[in-house]
Amino acid sequence: MTNKENLLKGLVKENPLFVSVLGMCPSLAVTTSLENAIGMGIGVFFVLVLSNLIISLIMSNPKLAELVKPVRIPVYIVVIATLVTIVEMLMHAFLIDLYKSLGVFIPLIVVNCIILGRAEAFASENKPVDSVLDGIGMALGFTLAIALISIFREFLGKGTITIWGDAVLNLNFFFNFLKIQPIAMFIQPVGAFLSFGLILASITAIGNKRKANLAKGAKANG
Amino acid sequence: MDKIIALAFSAFIAENIILSQFLGICPFLGVSKKRSNALGMGFAVLFVMLISSMVTWLLYKYVLESLSIEYMRTIVFILVIASLVQMVETFIKKVSPALYKALGIYLPLITTNCAVLGVAILNISKDHNFLETVVYTTFIGLGFIFVMYIFSMLREKIDKAPVPKAFQGIPIALIVAAILAIIFSRFGGII
Repeated sequence: MTNKENLLKGLVKENPLFVSVLGMCPSLAVTTSLENAIGMGIGVFFVLVLSNLIISLIMSNPKLAELVKPVRIPVYIVVIATLVTIVEMLMHAFLIDLYKSLGVFIPLIVVNCIILGRAEAFASENKPVDSVLDGIGMALGFTLAIALISIFREFLGKGTITIWGDAVLNLNFFFNFLKIQPIAMFIQPVGAFLSFGLILASITAIGNKRKANLAKGAKANG
Repeated sequence: MDKIIALAFSAFIAENIILSQFLGICPFLGVSKKRSNALGMGFAVLFVMLISSMVTWLLYKYVLESLSIEYMRTIVFILVIASLVQMVETFIKKVSPALYKALGIYLPLITTNCAVLGVAILNISKDHNFLETVVYTTFIGLGFIFVMYIFSMLREKIDKAPVPKAFQGIPIALIVAAILAIIFSRFGGII
């Protein structure tokens, strides 16, 4: 696999959220505004890239790998938990509003299945450079996916899109034009399940159609 | 006493762990295809959650706080939970093989269940005392079982229904969960 493939596969082809359906809890909980989704994305990016790097460094050293192998899952968890603690302290120090609105979901990055999943499935068997690229791709794929859900939810629920801090995109004219109120339900927990369900179904539908087209094309050619 | 009852009720219904706090979604979607599996997973989670919340609460108050190393919370809690799960598994295997047979396969999955770590952290960040921790955790766990059970019955029905192709599997399960969440959130008005 080339470097480019390693980097790009996380974005669409093996998107951790929409294709593998991993890391559901944070993606339902923090998608009430785009700002929260981006904040969560930054946290996951930091932890995933560094944990992939550290774990592949440990496992590519034959002596160390032999030592770690029987207890590798606890070792991974300690590495990940340490990184998450660093993120938690940095956010508490520099981004206090974000820290408050993400709440319990920052420490819960520890049990985000994407991170442990990449450690076990990729970083433990690949070189450090590949693992870092894989981590960057997967984290960006995750961030894009939760950003998409949060744009959908925030737009329908509040009529705004909060990019970061005071940078708020006001799209209320759309609702004024239709002479209706924004649908507050989409900001509430109900909206999380509903939006994710609808987006996942749309993506499956597009995927099915592409597959059908490809099959048709193959038939016509063959 | 009133405070405790209100806490129990909101933990059970209004602040339901799955439908309003989004913790434990993975087992909720993964293990809820059959009623018996849903119950097995539910009781295994309740059991581990209760023990680990009590242990982590005591550790936090008497070790981490007195040494003022609260920032070690995440690392300590996840290690405690992982080793507790292992201990509970060994213990049940020895003491009650029947229970082990019923819960055994679910126990290893619980380490990475965010509900267990989530509730342990929530108990600390909500500043619960020991009694509140026990009550809150018990009712959160019962709420988890309750929703898992209802949802597994719904899913048994969905399996037989003609669902559009794009919605098959997880999407339709999420839509059903959304409808359940509407019902549960309305109960919040009672307290």
